[in-house]
Amino acid sequence: MIRVVLPAHLKTLTRVPGEIELDVVAPVCQRSVLDALEARYPVLVGTIRDPATQRRRPFIRFFACEEDLSHTSPDAPLPRDVETGREAYFVIGAMAGG
Amino acid sequence: MSSVRVLVGTRKGAFILTADGSRRNWRVQGPLFAGWEIYHVKGSPVDPNRIFAAQSTGWFGQLIQRSDDGGASWEPVGNQFPYDGVPGTHQWYDGTPHPWEFARVWHLEPSLFDADTVFAGVEDAALFRTNDAGDSWHELSGLRTHETGSQWQPGAGGMCLHTIIESPTDPARIVVAISSAGAFRTDDAGTSWKPINRGLSSEGIPDADAEVGHCVHHITMHPSRPDVLFMQKHWDIMRSNDAGDSWFEVSGNLPTDFGFVIDVNAHEPETIYVVPITSDSMHFPLDGQLRVYRSRTGGGEWEPLTAGLPQRDCYVNVLRDAMAVDTLEDCGVYFGTTGGQVYASANGGDTWEAIVRDLPAVLSVEVQTLA
Repeated sequence: MIRVVLPAHLKTLTRVPGEIELDVVAPVCQRSVLDALEARYPVLVGTIRDPATQRRRPFIRFFACEEDLSHTSPDAPLPRDVETGREAYFVIGAMAGG
Repeated sequence: MSSVRVLVGTRKGAFILTADGSRRNWRVQGPLFAGWEIYHVKGSPVDPNRIFAAQSTGWFGQLIQRSDDGGASWEPVGNQFPYDGVPGTHQWYDGTPHPWEFARVWHLEPSLFDADTVFAGVEDAALFRTNDAGDSWHELSGLRTHETGSQWQPGAGGMCLHTIIESPTDPARIVVAISSAGAFRTDDAGTSWKPINRGLSSEGIPDADAEVGHCVHHITMHPSRPDVLFMQKHWDIMRSNDAGDSWFEVSGNLPTDFGFVIDVNAHEPETIYVVPITSDSMHFPLDGQLRVYRSRTGGGEWEPLTAGLPQRDCYVNVLRDAMAVDTLEDCGVYFGTTGGQVYASANGGDTWEAIVRDLPAVLSVEVQTLA
């Protein structure tokens, strides 16, 4: 079970105020987690990744286990604590603007 | 009894303002999509309960929302706007080639003829259409691939397609405007396009009367006279009597002819409204006095309308999509400001009142007149 925490604007779109729990087929990596997230909530398609290139949108960041995973390969395995649900995977709207 | 629904897009959400036909007491609903930029909200002329909203942020991209119950509930619909083929390049601010990149939807224009058909004007400039009420969008790429497309350059706000006018008498005829490429028209439902900028003169481009490159801010048309177009250009108020084939200036006695909005009275095709803004470097009213100017002669002769509008210390702007009219017997005129006020006149502009204050900066105002 993967726990995903979304920023407030995306929680509004999913209409889920808290964490989202996802069953993700191995290998558990950022790509498979985001694929599962978008499959459950199609409204998120295009809000986190560019739908054509699948690249992270510029003002989005991915955190887990106190690490910034934004620049790691989307196919790299996620930490074991994320895979087991001990730690959440965070989608973050970067701090910017007024 | 008739009623009015005013659809307001702002920097931080959408608002719906409603009143009965007297237009005295207003109910404010919102913010809808709180925290998101709502560039435009517009209802279908065919089915007024069907409303579309363009919702975006720089963080999370573009969404399109649709309501089928007059704004009481909303559902996200398709938000993919893929350019047709390999998009190629347009000019960047420094004159170098720049890849065409989708940024956001600026304007949604529900069709006059079909409730499932909507046009979307986007940045970087292109025109999209849906025939399934927003579920999927397809580019009318004959516009972007026009032979001049590689010369188009963004204005300060981005290279946006912001005006879409369907001819009420000829569904194959559509006029669009792009900052800062100019105006274009199709007579074959979007397959081919031609620039319609003859008569425009812009000092800010190397060739003042070039075929393209003009910063058109907004165009409007009265439905009873589809060949008569009125334009607020960067500077200059322009008029065309031949569907854009040629233009002539009607700025007349305006104190400044810079501005963004322009609209036509619902019942008087020669009565038009603008809000003069000081200059391209000072986006606020002249002398801190918010004045709508009305011409009853189709341009040329203008009168200031000030009753109920602030006449001192007012330094707001009125953006290009932020003026609209209703079709009640005594035509209502509405506009929103970057200071968050929405002003309304229930008598064609003679007197004004703020029907709501202190909203986020207003990006767009549309009006639905309901039976």
